[in-house]
Amino acid sequence: MASVAFSKVTKSFGEFKAVSDVSFDIGDGEFVCLLGPSGCGKTTSLRMIAGLETPTSGQVMIGGEDVTHFHPKDRNIAMVFQDYALYPHMNLADNIAYPLKVRGEAVSKRHARAKEVADVLKIGHLLDRLPSQISGGQQQRTSLARALVYPAQVYLFDEPLSNLDAKLRLEARGFLNHLQRDMGMTAVYVTHDQAEAMALATRIAVMDQGRIVQYASPIEIYRRPATTFVANFVGNPPMNLVEVEATKDDGKLQLKADGLTIAALPMTDAIGTALAAGSKLTLGIRPEHLDVAGAGAPNTITAPLFANENMGPESLVTIDRGEGARVTARIFTDDHIALGETVTLGFAADHVHLFDSAGKRIPEING
Amino acid sequence: MKFPALFGRIAFSTLAALIGAAFALPLLWFLFAPFNARAELGLAIPDPFTLSNFNTVFGNGFAMQALWNSLIQAVGGVILVGAAATLAAYALSRSSIPGKGAVTYILLLFSSVVSGSAAMVPIFLIISAAGLMDTHLAVILTFAGGLLPTAMFILRDFIDSIPKSYEESAMVAGASPVQAFFDVALPVIRPGIVVIVVWSFVNIWGSFLIPFILLRSSANMPAAVAIYSFYSEAGTPVVTLLAAYSLIYSLPVVALYLFVSWRFGFRFFGGIKA
Repeated sequence: MASVAFSKVTKSFGEFKAVSDVSFDIGDGEFVCLLGPSGCGKTTSLRMIAGLETPTSGQVMIGGEDVTHFHPKDRNIAMVFQDYALYPHMNLADNIAYPLKVRGEAVSKRHARAKEVADVLKIGHLLDRLPSQISGGQQQRTSLARALVYPAQVYLFDEPLSNLDAKLRLEARGFLNHLQRDMGMTAVYVTHDQAEAMALATRIAVMDQGRIVQYASPIEIYRRPATTFVANFVGNPPMNLVEVEATKDDGKLQLKADGLTIAALPMTDAIGTALAAGSKLTLGIRPEHLDVAGAGAPNTITAPLFANENMGPESLVTIDRGEGARVTARIFTDDHIALGETVTLGFAADHVHLFDSAGKRIPEING
Repeated sequence: MKFPALFGRIAFSTLAALIGAAFALPLLWFLFAPFNARAELGLAIPDPFTLSNFNTVFGNGFAMQALWNSLIQAVGGVILVGAAATLAAYALSRSSIPGKGAVTYILLLFSSVVSGSAAMVPIFLIISAAGLMDTHLAVILTFAGGLLPTAMFILRDFIDSIPKSYEESAMVAGASPVQAFFDVALPVIRPGIVVIVVWSFVNIWGSFLIPFILLRSSANMPAAVAIYSFYSEAGTPVVTLLAAYSLIYSLPVVALYLFVSWRFGFRFFGGIKA
């Protein structure tokens, strides 16, 4: 196992900057997820660690060594591809043992090792099948087995679960989490699924337009999203964002928006700085921190009911504030909630997030 | 079925049968005449059924040598075209050479001009200047030049449709680019190569003009040219020998098709379902 580091890495394809001036460190034994929408540069970053792309400028380090211009074969890494890339003309045993073959292991030895890994992944009985003769979930596990068959410095995953159906995906995710605990491997995992990133990562790097927007632990990203982009990307459903007009009144912060009632917040230096740049702030509240409010609740938001979805253990109640601005509450009850035409959702003041006019988090609102 | 509809179907079927028969007659002649000692240009069922025509052909040293020559030229050409087209198409598909699309299209355009009869004079001059006149190599090289652009074009398309992640996963697993090509890419490309091999074999095997012009001595002539020798001194074709020889001449191509579809199957898409 080894650490990985990017130092001011930029990758351009012609005019387009896929990754621009990105630096980060991944510690030995860390499981880091690169999370972001498609085209944000996460896969390009991963491919630069693998050596499948060469940075336009900057350095890539593995285990403290500058590998920027190393061929992939000289990096001692393992990678799981989104399409699995199983060799269609080789049976599973040969597919899994291929990395050992190019390392010059004898046939008997490498097949024994392939069998060992395959048994752990519960595909040991399929070793003489061709990839086209097994199911998608089994193909996924075969590609994982091929990555695990030899000790690599870093394990790279390029959306490995995105071709699986929902149930298999959960199962595979749990297995990867278990594997990480078991092996303590250094892993870089690319995904656009925030739930996968939250479940697996020790740290998440949220990327947007070729840059890292926030690089922190999953809990930190959930509790203190650095920007409205991160807030809107992490969480299921994502955080509700309400544009508010802010004014300073009697040493307190007053927030105004249609249908919104909120008790004045204490002023801080950070809020003062944010207000100086613009009075249009964004108020963020996670759906799980909203509930149907009783009469006289201090902090509420009211609008016509848009949808009321019962999911079993919880209900998603969405209200429509007009022009597509919707607010969703995640209410933990296994009962169907009876609601009128207009719904008032309430929230606690200490669950409020505030972002300045540029979308950056205003710190110290709630610690 | 109403009467007019029924009548229409009968008329259609009759017409189709007549057209079919017009195409089937030469093929039937082709199958019957070799076994008929008194074969003429008209279709006749052999009576008696005999192999005497084949005896005569097998006894004809020149005709047999010509089949062997055809084989040398076709196999030589196929190996050259197959190997060169595979490497070139792979490079054109996988590398990021600027303007590689234009290169392929221009080659393709010129090849259809070059291998045509319009280019026979320059080809003759080039081969003559290279001192290759009247050699198998001259025929092999000329065919390779003519067939390569199309072969590259077809194969490049084929390789483009194969995900790069095959070779990438091999290289990440520790393979050198050469290992990745031979272990992973080549087996996946093989169905495409098979198509190229069959196509170029058929092209060279059946070609008359190029060997006719580039070869002088009868010892080097391929079968397509040798067929011309089955004429009596009076200048009329010896139909019996011609028929038997034609049948023998067409068998390798049929055999190749059967072998390839049995061993590899003709398919045109690589990879597995994602």
